[in-house]
Amino acid sequence: MSADLRDLYQEIILEHSRKPKNAGTLDDADGEAKGNNPLCGDRISVYVKLEGDRIADAKFDARGCAISVASASMMTDLLKGKTVDEAKAESERFTGLLTGKDAPDLAEDDELAALTGVREFPTRIKCATLPWHTFAAALDGNDTDVTTE
Amino acid sequence: MAVNGAYPIERIRADFPILSEQVHGKPLVYLDNGASAQKPRAVIDQISKTYETGYANVHRGVHYMSQIATDAMEDARRKARAFLNAADEKEIIFVRGATEGINLVASSWGRANLQAGDEIILSVLEHHSNIVPWQIVAEQTGAVIKVVPIDDSGVFLMDEYEKLLSSRTKIVAVTHVSNALGTVVPVDDVIRLARENGSLVLLDGCQAVPHIPVDVQALDVDFYVFSGHKLYGPSGIGVLYGKEALLDAMPPYQGGGEMIDRVTFEKTTYAELPFKFEAGTPHIAGIIALGSAIDYLDGIGFDAIAAHEHDLLDYATERLMAMNSIEIVGTAPEKAAILSFNIQGVHPHDVGTILDHHGIGVRTGHHCAQPVMDRFDIAATVRASFGMYNTRAEVDALVDGIKRVQEMFG
Repeated sequence: MSADLRDLYQEIILEHSRKPKNAGTLDDADGEAKGNNPLCGDRISVYVKLEGDRIADAKFDARGCAISVASASMMTDLLKGKTVDEAKAESERFTGLLTGKDAPDLAEDDELAALTGVREFPTRIKCATLPWHTFAAALDGNDTDVTTE
Repeated sequence: MAVNGAYPIERIRADFPILSEQVHGKPLVYLDNGASAQKPRAVIDQISKTYETGYANVHRGVHYMSQIATDAMEDARRKARAFLNAADEKEIIFVRGATEGINLVASSWGRANLQAGDEIILSVLEHHSNIVPWQIVAEQTGAVIKVVPIDDSGVFLMDEYEKLLSSRTKIVAVTHVSNALGTVVPVDDVIRLARENGSLVLLDGCQAVPHIPVDVQALDVDFYVFSGHKLYGPSGIGVLYGKEALLDAMPPYQGGGEMIDRVTFEKTTYAELPFKFEAGTPHIAGIIALGSAIDYLDGIGFDAIAAHEHDLLDYATERLMAMNSIEIVGTAPEKAAILSFNIQGVHPHDVGTILDHHGIGVRTGHHCAQPVMDRFDIAATVRASFGMYNTRAEVDALVDGIKRVQEMFG
């Protein structure tokens, strides 16, 4: 196996994709949105429960590749407990990191750093960013399907 | 590497320069022929030769180069006529590809002939390009689309089709070979039943012409379309065959130069077939090179190609069926050169990326056939599609690649 393939499919990503955290739906969600990348067949629904301006709970229901599922799993874990503004800032930082607009500044112990392997796989960046854009749409109450294709 | 003694596989592979390329340090194993086929040296060279020695605009100039280019283009039309065994060259319309051919018929024939309540029969197997143009014309005319279902193996359900045919059925537009599953549709029966019912038939031949000899007169089909790039020719060029009487009666699709007889601001009269449907300067070098692709295939022989590809499909099917946790999607008894599958627990997109890193090019996704995916309640498949130059050793490479995927995700 070539080393760079392991950069994409790091163990932590495979682990999240096998046993995603926060998988499921929220019946009493304050916001929900759907993401759909039809060309590759990634579909995700994101549910957000708020307490004041704080994210009390977040879940996702995905039928997608390992990258999109791992990204959604890490994302929901990371954003729970954050305020809406903090979550949006984090989302922008992450997508900026993947699309190369910002220099990498993730701490080494940051799980999300594992996802930056997709930068070497341009066709897969959209898989990693789909959950984040869908999360933002859920916060904004946007009911149009999100796509990153 | 030869699969059967008579088939000149080594020579054929040597004729396709791209096959000696490396991908991620591995020899290219190109199994995405259903999306687009690679080009033999004869086609590549013909494009240069046209521009270097015989190019000008066609059907216009009195000068030498215009005449040379016009002759070469019309020679390609003769080759395309022979390839489909059309009755007349006038029935061969050069278009950008099958998509444009279907849009031409849906728009020109459809708007002139369809009325509210008329019915168009399609099948679940259709590529989006044989769905959306009909939806557009249905929207404009009030016509209604009916869809022939398939069974769990991907077989076109002939009895359901028969039930859908009625006095309201004006046209049946179905694929000859399914791009997502490889199912060969029994088009003889489709056409016979439509004929008995007084309905026209359009066949989407994109996935059929590289693998199956097609005779439009024997089929008695009204319209037949295919794309050149799937037939080892250039992209951006394709053929619409239509019966002369039908094409003659149809209004033009696009207006412009080349398609006119006489233009005044009061009234314009149109050119004869085929030029009535070829507005604007065509893809001249592409058309000529499509002729070279047809020559190349004729030189190998269609029966030999079909036998070779059939052997590859059988071998690949056998090998994948012997593996654990592989689901083959599309198991019709009659198939052509396409093997769609899923690996349990692994999304096709991940499979595609990992196979790519082993040099293997496959298609992953819905293959522009979302109704097929919905039928099987899946979002996507991995599709290996074989061409005349593929080998059993490449099937083995695919199997090894799948094992790597399973190791990684196991």
